[in-house]
Amino acid sequence: MTSVAYTLTDSATMLRRNLKHQLRYPSLTLMLAGFPIVFLLLFVFVFGGQLGTGLGGHGAGGRGAYLTYVVPGILIITVASAALGTAISVATDMTGGIIDRFRTMAISRGAVLTGHVIGSLLQTLAVLVLVLGVALALGFRSHASALAWLAAAGMLTLFAFALIWLSTALGLAAKSVETASNTPMFLTLLPFLSSAFVATATMPAGLRQFAEYQPFTPITQTIRGLLTGGAIGTQAIAAIAWSVGIALASYLWAVRLYNRRRAATPS
Amino acid sequence: MTINMPVPTISARAVRKSFGDHVVLDGVDLAVTDGTIFALLGPNGAGKTTMVRILSTLIAADAGDIQVGGHDVASDPDAVRALIGVTGQFSAVDNLLTGEENLRLMADLRHLGRAAGRRRIAELLERFDLTGAARKPLSTYSGGMRRRLDLAMTLVGDPAVIFLDEPTTGLDPRSRRTMWQIIRELVTGGVTIFLTTQYLDEADQLADRVAVLDHGRIVAEGTPAELKRRIPGGHIQLQFAEPDALHAAATMIPDAVPDDDQLILQVPGDGSVASLRRLLNELDETSIDVEHLSIHSPDLDDVFFAVTGHATTHLSADRDEEVLQS
Repeated sequence: MTSVAYTLTDSATMLRRNLKHQLRYPSLTLMLAGFPIVFLLLFVFVFGGQLGTGLGGHGAGGRGAYLTYVVPGILIITVASAALGTAISVATDMTGGIIDRFRTMAISRGAVLTGHVIGSLLQTLAVLVLVLGVALALGFRSHASALAWLAAAGMLTLFAFALIWLSTALGLAAKSVETASNTPMFLTLLPFLSSAFVATATMPAGLRQFAEYQPFTPITQTIRGLLTGGAIGTQAIAAIAWSVGIALASYLWAVRLYNRRRAATPS
Repeated sequence: MTINMPVPTISARAVRKSFGDHVVLDGVDLAVTDGTIFALLGPNGAGKTTMVRILSTLIAADAGDIQVGGHDVASDPDAVRALIGVTGQFSAVDNLLTGEENLRLMADLRHLGRAAGRRRIAELLERFDLTGAARKPLSTYSGGMRRRLDLAMTLVGDPAVIFLDEPTTGLDPRSRRTMWQIIRELVTGGVTIFLTTQYLDEADQLADRVAVLDHGRIVAEGTPAELKRRIPGGHIQLQFAEPDALHAAATMIPDAVPDDDQLILQVPGDGSVASLRRLLNELDETSIDVEHLSIHSPDLDDVFFAVTGHATTHLSADRDEEVLQS
């Protein structure tokens, strides 16, 4: 049996492998960062002037106010977009020959998935820093305390962890890399049906209820409250509950998919 | 299993495996002695890869008793995995890393340690003639180089038992010969090798023992020489310049089989010097002119036909047709 020390060593080896992939082929990371940055620019400069006037409560209104409103939403969509990369890299591994090699070696069973998940988490955090840098360059300012920033970082990390496990499971479930790059797309659509871009109060009844009860709204509201002020209330509890729930369910699903040996085609 | 007999490194009894209602392995028995090369020979679809996947712990058999290096593959797969190295039919390399990084990955996963790992990697790169390409991305590697890297990765942890699933399929003749040389060197180092092949001459060239797999059953087993002895395939072939000479010779030698179109006479015989001399003397006495003489010794192609009653190519249902006439 492999000891705990070997589990850690093997996971670290797999993490190094995944980070090496990211560094050698930065185009995937740049694509994952490009998507939220394009949305940030689009929403601030194209729609921002109009949308900002409708904010009312958020200060003077206008483009500047909308920037303040939308950045937390953009950070959430960054997490969702970055998770797409996990499904692609997991599926690339699972459809290639190397996974069979790993399976015939006496290595810790979870190491392959742990390497992917931690590698993706680091990638997501790097992309978040990049996107936040663009937001700051556009004039986004926060008066939040260091503690509030830390709490926001923790919330984003927890949510990223949940979506990455979900994306890992989707990558394992996909029969091809092409499928894996499509199935997690809904994750980038859900933020539009939440409070990320416009207040849910402006939506028609049915949609409003959906928006208020889906995980992206409480998580956006929690980040918004921490970074730009405003009431958080029970939203934080809902945000943490959703994240832990998604992470746990996805983790169990992913491990089950991974352990179910692929039915080999007869030789 | 009796206790005073040497325990084979690989032993399999009554192995069965089905995918859905398609029976792939239908009661396979195998035993491979320590330090030898064992070849599982058969056409596409015979069940060779499935057998390798079961022996190397990748998939579970439906039934049967399988031990590798004294460990049961079903109840103690990790002990088996610590002993074995597997090079599958399809490339098992990391395409996004360089050759050296691939070997480094294996050294880390085998927990070799920094210095020992570096030594082993340098030694393998040198041995497999990959030192020059070590730091290049795999996209620049040829098919033969990838196959060599694949095998080098398998060897990083010094496995005692190596499984090679069709190690030379798709290689050009030169790379194929290099691979044969590498396999022979491995076994002189004390390693036990289990290989599958659809090339009959490959089994003949490399293996100490050969088992012929057909439709999920072992239809023949033995040394290449034993298998060849089972069939009367040897003959002397005489080529004539004109039909008259062919007919004269055919009437003189009773067992001979003439081929009128090609002006060839096949005379059964083992190709020994005595039988050749007798034949040539007879031809000399009757002044029959023979243009050309060749000796055909039986090969595994003949064996396959003799034990299965059908030619190998009839079975290759799914893929290439060139396969088996090597």
